[in-house]
Amino acid sequence: MKKLENTIKFFLMMIALSSLSALFLITFFIFMEGLPILFKQGVFAFITGLKWAPTKGSFGIFPMIVGSFQVMFGAIVFSVPLALLCAIYLAEFSSPLARNIIKPSIELLAGIPSVVYGFIGIQVIVPIIRIAFDCSGFSVLGCSIVLGIMVLPTITSISFDSIMAVPVTYRQGSIALGATKWQTVKMVVLPAARTGIIAAIILGMGRAIGETMAVIMIAGNSLIIPVSPLDPVRTLTSNIALEMGYASGEHRQALFATGVILFVIIMGLNSLANYVASAMSRSK
Amino acid sequence: MQATRAIVLVALGFKEYAFMLKFPWYFLCFLWIIIPACDLSPKKNVSSSIHHKVILAGSTSIEPIAEKLAEHYMEHHPGYKIEVQGGGSSAGIQAAKMGAADIGMSSRSLKKEEKIFWEHTIAFDAIVIIINPANGIQNLTLSQIQKIFSSQITCWSDIDKSRSGKITVITREEGSGTRGAFEELIMHKTEISPRCLVQDSTGAVREIVASDPNAIGYVSFGGLNEQVKGVCIEGIPPKMQNMITSDLSQKYRIIRPFLFLTSKTPSLECIQFIEFIQSTEGQKILQEEGLIPSYEKIRKHD
Repeated sequence: MKKLENTIKFFLMMIALSSLSALFLITFFIFMEGLPILFKQGVFAFITGLKWAPTKGSFGIFPMIVGSFQVMFGAIVFSVPLALLCAIYLAEFSSPLARNIIKPSIELLAGIPSVVYGFIGIQVIVPIIRIAFDCSGFSVLGCSIVLGIMVLPTITSISFDSIMAVPVTYRQGSIALGATKWQTVKMVVLPAARTGIIAAIILGMGRAIGETMAVIMIAGNSLIIPVSPLDPVRTLTSNIALEMGYASGEHRQALFATGVILFVIIMGLNSLANYVASAMSRSK
Repeated sequence: MQATRAIVLVALGFKEYAFMLKFPWYFLCFLWIIIPACDLSPKKNVSSSIHHKVILAGSTSIEPIAEKLAEHYMEHHPGYKIEVQGGGSSAGIQAAKMGAADIGMSSRSLKKEEKIFWEHTIAFDAIVIIINPANGIQNLTLSQIQKIFSSQITCWSDIDKSRSGKITVITREEGSGTRGAFEELIMHKTEISPRCLVQDSTGAVREIVASDPNAIGYVSFGGLNEQVKGVCIEGIPPKMQNMITSDLSQKYRIIRPFLFLTSKTPSLECIQFIEFIQSTEGQKILQEEGLIPSYEKIRKHD
C-alpha cells in the first residue's frame, strides 16, 4: 500500500511539474529569440528609442512603453472607483438576493472574449468619441474605457473577498462605539481590507497591460507618444500581434524582444502585488 | 486527459473512479485525440520521389504568392519540388543571372542593363487609395497622397476648400506587402508619418474608411469594394482597363508588375511551372490574392 501511495504521489507531482514546465519553456523561448537583438541594439537604446521602423533598421519601443502605461492607468482610473464601490455595496449593503444577482453578473464580464469587447469598442465607443471630440476616435480614452470594463470583474471580486475577510467583530466594535454603517466601512473595514484591495488593483493593472486583441481594434496603433487622451496609441502587446504576420529576421527578433520587455513589466507588477500583500499583512 | 486519468486511476485500484469509464464520451474524447494522431495511411516517401526541382528567389512581395502557387502546383504534380526564397527583387534578378535560382522574381520593371533574360509578367499589383463614399473628393495627385501620408497635409480643406475636418490617415503595418508596394510606388524616400493609424489587414483598413467620413487609406486592387470609394489618381480611375492598357496617358499610375525571370535556357520544369501560372487555374489563384491577371506571354530581351 505504501508503494502505491508513493506511485500516486510521484504521478501527481509529475502532472504538477508539467504545467510548470510550460512556464519555463515560454520564458526560455521568448528570451532565446529576443535577447540577441536586445544585446545587438543595446537594451537601453531599445527601450528609449523613439523610432520604430524594423524593416529599415530602427528599433525603439519607447512610445509603446509609454502607450502601454497610459492605457493601463487610464483603465485603472475608470475601473477602480466603479469596482471598489461595487465591492463595498455587495459586501456591506446589499441584500443577499441582490448580491446573488449582481456578483455573478459582474463575474460574467470576465468570460466575454476580448475580441467581443474590441468589436463593441469599434462599433460604439470609437464613433461616440469621434463625434464628440472631432478626432479619429481611435484613442487612449476609448482604450481606457474598454479596458476599464474588462478589468472590472478582477478588481471587484478580489476587493469583495478581502472586504468579506475583515472579521465581523471589527464592524460590531465600530457600531458599538456609535459609528454609522458608512463610517464603519470608511474608517474600519476599508483600512482593514486595504492589502487585498491594493493587490486587486495591481492584478487589474497586469490584466490591462497584457490585453491585446481589444486594444489592437480600438487603439489606432500609431507610433507616436500620445500627449492627449484623444491621441491614438500603440501598446507593447499590440505591436507584437500587429506585425507578427509578416515579420522575418531581425524584425521578428525585435518583436520577441518587445515580448521580453513586456514579460519583465508584467513579472514586476505581479511581484509587486505579492510583495504588497505580504508586506502589509506582516505589518498588521 | 480525463479519460486517461480515469483509466490510470482505475488501474491503480481506485474503484470509485470507475464511473468515469461508464460515460462513453470520455472515451470518445480520448479517441478523438488519439485517432488523428496516429496517421495510418501509407507515408509517401517524399525525398526519394522528387525528380524535378525548381528554385525561385527574389522579391519578398511575390514570395507569399509564389509559395501559394507552388503549394498548389506540387499538390497536383507529385514528384515536383518548388522551392521559394526571398531576398528582394535585385537579389532575385542577380540569382537568375548567375543561375543560383531557376526563376528570379522581381516586383519592379527591369533596368536597361538587367534585361538579358526571358521575362514574364505573371500579374500586376495595384494600390487603390480609398476614401469614405460621403467624401466628395474625386481626384488626388501623387504628390498630394505623399503629403497626406507624411503628415504635411493634415486637413481636407488643404485639398478641397469646400471640405473641412482633419484627415484620418490609415496605413498598414510594417512588413506588409501592400505597405511595401505603397512605399515604393508613392512614398519613395519619404517616410510614412508615425501619426498614421496602423491596421493589420485590408479588411480593417476598409472598415475604418467606411465608417469615418474623414478617413483615407490604401488597399490592393483586389480589396476594393462598394463600401468605400477608390479615388482617381492624376485623373485616372482605378479600373481594370486602366490597369492593363498600354496607352500611357490612360494608365493607372500606382501599379507594379510581378515578373518571373529565367536564364536563356530555362529547364523544362521552369517552363511547365510558368505555363501553369499562365493557365486560367493559376491566374485564378493570383486574382484571389488581389492581383490583376496579366494574360501576357513570355517576352524575350536580346
